[in-house]
Amino acid sequence: MDTFIQLTLNGLTLGSVYALIALGYSLVYGILKLLNFAHGDVFMVGTFIGFGTLQVLGGSTNPIVPIWLLLTLMTLAAMGGCAVLGVAIERFAYRPLRDAPRIAPLISALGVSFFIAYSMQLMFGAALKNYDTFSMDGGALYFNGFDIGNVRVPLIRIITIVSAFVMMVLLWLLVTRTRLGKAMRATSHDREAAAMMGIDIDKVIVFAFVLGSALAGAAGVLFALRVPTYATIGFLIGLKGFTAAVIGGIGSIPGALAGGLVLGFAESYTQGYISTRWSDLLVFVILILFLLFRPQGLLGKADIRKV
Amino acid sequence: MGGYDDELTRPLEGALEATTSEGPTSPAVGRDEWVARHGDNRRRRGGPLGKLEERLAAVPWWAWLTLLCVVAVLVPVVSDSGYVRRVAFDIAIYMLLALGLNVVVGWGGLLDLGYVAFYGIGAYAYALLSSEHYGIHLPTLVAIPLVVVIGAVVGFLVGLPSRRLTGDYLAIVTLFFLQLFLTVTTNGDDLFGHNVTGGANGILNVDPLSLFGHDLPVSTSGGVFNVAYLYVVMAAFVIVFVALRFVNLSRTGRAWRSLREDPLAAEVMGMPVNWLKLMSFAFGASIAALSGTFVSALNSSVFPLSFSFPLLITVYTMVILGGAGSQAGVVIGAIVIGVLLEVLRDPGDSRVLFYSVIVLGLFAALKLSRKLVAVLAGLFLFGLALRLIVGAIDSSWTSGSGGSGGQVADFMARWVVVPSEPAAWIAPVSYITLVAMALILTLLRGWVRLVVLVPVLYLAAFVWENVMLAKPEPTRYIILGVLLIALMILRPSGLLGEKRVEII
Repeated sequence: MDTFIQLTLNGLTLGSVYALIALGYSLVYGILKLLNFAHGDVFMVGTFIGFGTLQVLGGSTNPIVPIWLLLTLMTLAAMGGCAVLGVAIERFAYRPLRDAPRIAPLISALGVSFFIAYSMQLMFGAALKNYDTFSMDGGALYFNGFDIGNVRVPLIRIITIVSAFVMMVLLWLLVTRTRLGKAMRATSHDREAAAMMGIDIDKVIVFAFVLGSALAGAAGVLFALRVPTYATIGFLIGLKGFTAAVIGGIGSIPGALAGGLVLGFAESYTQGYISTRWSDLLVFVILILFLLFRPQGLLGKADIRKV
Repeated sequence: MGGYDDELTRPLEGALEATTSEGPTSPAVGRDEWVARHGDNRRRRGGPLGKLEERLAAVPWWAWLTLLCVVAVLVPVVSDSGYVRRVAFDIAIYMLLALGLNVVVGWGGLLDLGYVAFYGIGAYAYALLSSEHYGIHLPTLVAIPLVVVIGAVVGFLVGLPSRRLTGDYLAIVTLFFLQLFLTVTTNGDDLFGHNVTGGANGILNVDPLSLFGHDLPVSTSGGVFNVAYLYVVMAAFVIVFVALRFVNLSRTGRAWRSLREDPLAAEVMGMPVNWLKLMSFAFGASIAALSGTFVSALNSSVFPLSFSFPLLITVYTMVILGGAGSQAGVVIGAIVIGVLLEVLRDPGDSRVLFYSVIVLGLFAALKLSRKLVAVLAGLFLFGLALRLIVGAIDSSWTSGSGGSGGQVADFMARWVVVPSEPAAWIAPVSYITLVAMALILTLLRGWVRLVVLVPVLYLAAFVWENVMLAKPEPTRYIILGVLLIALMILRPSGLLGEKRVEII
């Protein structure tokens, strides 16, 4: 039972990070029908910005600000930096190809992904970057928390899960309750019709990239608090984030959450009960099954192709 | 061709030639009269370059192929260095890989991101069939056809989901297949208790190729690369090239191209769309598997990491640069990229290449004009002034040495700011500034653009000397990434690809 609680907790943490990444894919795919391969690398840049901010603020052992402010600043810096990066990617790599055949922006996206990953490696080397959260405040993030049965729920997991959920709720409110959100939904439904109704399509697309990339940046910091990061980490994480988006139903915000959690739990239970080696295999099998039998995902709407 | 007296008659004549140039027996799929005229006019160039292009296009394809083979045969005659021979072998492998990817991406129009996994499967299958790992030693003439069939079958199986998937989803499934291949090979030393793939250590002591009972040693008695391997790969390349050429001219080839242009229309016309997709996957996969066998035999070992994402991007860049859909194009792409990657390994050569490309690019963009003189002079003076100022503030900033590269390196060491011991922050700050300024440059127009161009070029030289030369590995990949983006935006048809005009 203790193992099960521990694995559920791991899955929840992992799943909330996947969900944040999946949202970025969903937002962009919903509006542009474009698979943004570079999204995983935006996530990676987020982990690096968080690391850089941590170093600037004195490192994990002797930070010059209190720890809550430190974590907030790291997250905000990553969100801001990634948002700028996302806008630049859209402006320079995708916008010139908006009316090109569909395969063109995909190939361009591959190039962007490659460019970002190896640019980071050029600037900061290929070595692992560790936040070393264990030495923050004498390990407070790991020792404090509450217990479920014999299992300790450490502060660091609570922070990850709670902040991911708060961001998702904020995003949902933004999309459903504001004018801009309405414009986004309209554009996603029918871009040309939305443009004819006077919606500034460029603005909406840029905004989708800002939101998606900022969430990827936040996900980067939350992820790298527990796991060391490196320049080419974005490839696999991005692949999993996209899988989460597909499972949940691409284009749907609650769907991204559901997909992220399904994936997080699946991975965590496989690692705990079967083998740590084969969790990627399971993710692949789930993706194939969903694509073949329920391509619209858990919560998505079926796509009817008009000719 | 002759000159045109009246500009107005030109497009019409162009259209006539475009529609009849392939002869009445081979209809051009996906090109109606308007498309042909439009595409052809954009392709046609004026002036001496245009004439040259037309002359070159008139040379038959088999002449080019013969020329390529002659060059390959001459490689060992001209140079006895094992390094040069090995590079020639690698490029020949790249040419094979590009031919195979061209079938899937260029003809079928399917974005197969798992392509290098089939290359890996070929290499592993050959290694398992002829090494001490299982004690099986099949003769090459049995092993290679077997591996090719295995590759085709796996390609067929991976293609199965493609029946229902379009564009993006297919890309992600095949990309995951690549990841899966890497996972299985890396963890395959404990597959239900069996050691199948040797894990991260790979499979060692793979047999060399053998012909009629005679082994082809991978290196001659002097330890130099055995040039027979180059010839074997070139022979395979010629066979595959000619075979694919006939496939392309056949019913199947035409059907593939129509599938690429519009899958829905192809289906409506009664084409077996699913079967065609699977065929194209299987063709591509078997060619990749074939190239895998040669590499496996030559290296006498296989490792999982030789078949990962960077190689995939490399082959994609070759196909896109050469022009997806054009056989000759992708071969040229493979040669250009293969040579480029090799040149970038050496700091001296890559330095010369980098500055030649910049200067030639300036000439091409500005022609011989006052602007060109102004930019070059401005650049020269800007560099000298900046170096003087920086040197006056702190002399350690300009005391770095140029390194190898002959006169170019000497000149650069006197012109670019090269700190003797660059601080850690210099690399990220200068690189990010360069990328940002280069992006902004694309938005500017007119004289502002020329003014901004000067510091951007200087910064590029600075980054090249201080950051990129020291790290050839990421630099090569960054260049490939930039090339891919720039090609998709500026010239998606590559060097020799067919221009595609979409009618909406």
